[in-house]
Amino acid sequence: MTGDVAVLGAGMHPWGKWGRGFVEYGVAAARAALADAGLEWRQVGSIVGADTVRGGYPGYVAGATFAKALGWQGARVTSLYAACASGAQAISTARAQILSGLADVVLVVGADAAPKGFFRPAGGDRPDDPDWLRFRVLGATNPTYFGLYARRRMAVHGDTLEDFAQVKVKNAALGALNANARYRKPVTAQEVAASPVVADPLRLLDICATSDGGAALVLSSMEFARRHGVAEPVRVRAVSTVTPRYPNPVLDLPDIATDSAVAVKPAAETFRASIARTAYEEAGIGAEDLSLAEVYDLSTALELQWYEDLGLCGEGEGAKLLRDGETAPGGRIPVNMSGGLASFGEAVPAQAVAQVCEVTWQLRGQAGDRQVAGARVGITANQGLFGHGSAVIAVR
Amino acid sequence: MVMGWFAGDGDDFRLLGTRCSTCASVFFPREDVHCRHPGCAGGDLQEVALSRRGRIWSYTDSRYRPPSPYVTDSELPWEPYALIAVELESERMVVLGQAAPGVTVADLAVGMEVEVVPGVLHEDAETIWTTWHWRPTGVAV
Repeated sequence: MTGDVAVLGAGMHPWGKWGRGFVEYGVAAARAALADAGLEWRQVGSIVGADTVRGGYPGYVAGATFAKALGWQGARVTSLYAACASGAQAISTARAQILSGLADVVLVVGADAAPKGFFRPAGGDRPDDPDWLRFRVLGATNPTYFGLYARRRMAVHGDTLEDFAQVKVKNAALGALNANARYRKPVTAQEVAASPVVADPLRLLDICATSDGGAALVLSSMEFARRHGVAEPVRVRAVSTVTPRYPNPVLDLPDIATDSAVAVKPAAETFRASIARTAYEEAGIGAEDLSLAEVYDLSTALELQWYEDLGLCGEGEGAKLLRDGETAPGGRIPVNMSGGLASFGEAVPAQAVAQVCEVTWQLRGQAGDRQVAGARVGITANQGLFGHGSAVIAVR
Repeated sequence: MVMGWFAGDGDDFRLLGTRCSTCASVFFPREDVHCRHPGCAGGDLQEVALSRRGRIWSYTDSRYRPPSPYVTDSELPWEPYALIAVELESERMVVLGQAAPGVTVADLAVGMEVEVVPGVLHEDAETIWTTWHWRPTGVAV
């Protein structure tokens, strides 16, 4: 690809259910990232906001909203929406501006105040919206899709409920070490098994919650980083934002049916695997080079799927990789050292940014009790509703 | 709420999709505007009845009341229903649907044969909202 951009600053607002507005979380995260970078807001030439929804009105305003709250100063502004991949698209946009010379320093912000309970589409009768249709016609919530994927893994690969529970046990133990995580208590397999079934075979503690939270990054050109006195910054080396390829044979959120494979044979590679492969190709590195991964664990079972899609192990070997301790601290490839969504919950526009914050701290050696020793290369992986891929590779 | 997704009664009940006259790709829910095959110049999209039977790709259920726009009577206790994703061999696609009333996850297994049957999504004073259900074959109505 075209070269690296520097991560000069990373910041978060702690995640939870705080009952305040998303602007407050985003601005707190932005100020933390600016302080971490040692920069004043007025030195930032561009701000990119990952959109949230404000009062039922699609908030195509996030970049400007954060800029106004920080104080109008005439920066280039961008607001964008890609569901759970919004943060990665914001990073991608910032990188493109830096690499093209449009901006030296870009502030990326994502924040949300999520509603309690199930996510649901905006109101009104909207039968042209597949997300509205799956609720209206089937009552198919996000956890029901997670349940479908989990049951399919059990049938095809022989995964067990105990395997799923052990993902939660691992991530909760890590979340307990993270001051920005919402859930900071270790969880036992017995507690997972005792929690109520939400969508068979998944239980409440297999499924991530909805949260309030914010995350921000300050990105710059390598030249600016050097002038700023940062000789060896963490660098973003790849950002993957690919779509699936037709025909997608996996029933993905929010669809009622897959594409038909009558006319074209599906690619051997799944959509999620293509997200990671694109990032690896762009970075010129492979799964064997990784020090750690932050993956999108909407459910415990889905984390195991990502192991395979990232190429950390072969197809069907995700549960074995977990059982062997390879994705735990001290293992060959620790996954979700932040505690993952299991410990944070979903704050949609913030989570892909938050993943990169964690990788940044790990690569700098600033992750405290959850530090991966000698971390040099990290990948984040995520998937946004409606076919938005999302992966970032950062290196030190 | 949605038109032309299914038709017929009893053994003649079928899901309806559309088929591209150029590349033969099948779409459900029906695609009436453009063929989505990126290598196809696009042809007429013609209505086609989908296979009546298929095999279970996966299944789950909904133990908590889904939010709107799903319509439920909040005065009544919540009764979980199963959801089944079904592989249709001829169309080479997977179609999700609710299980017929009384069918629970305990009755299901990946790979099991199911058939499409007419069902009721909900009803109010003015309207009965119909839908499709998946039901294991060999089960009496």
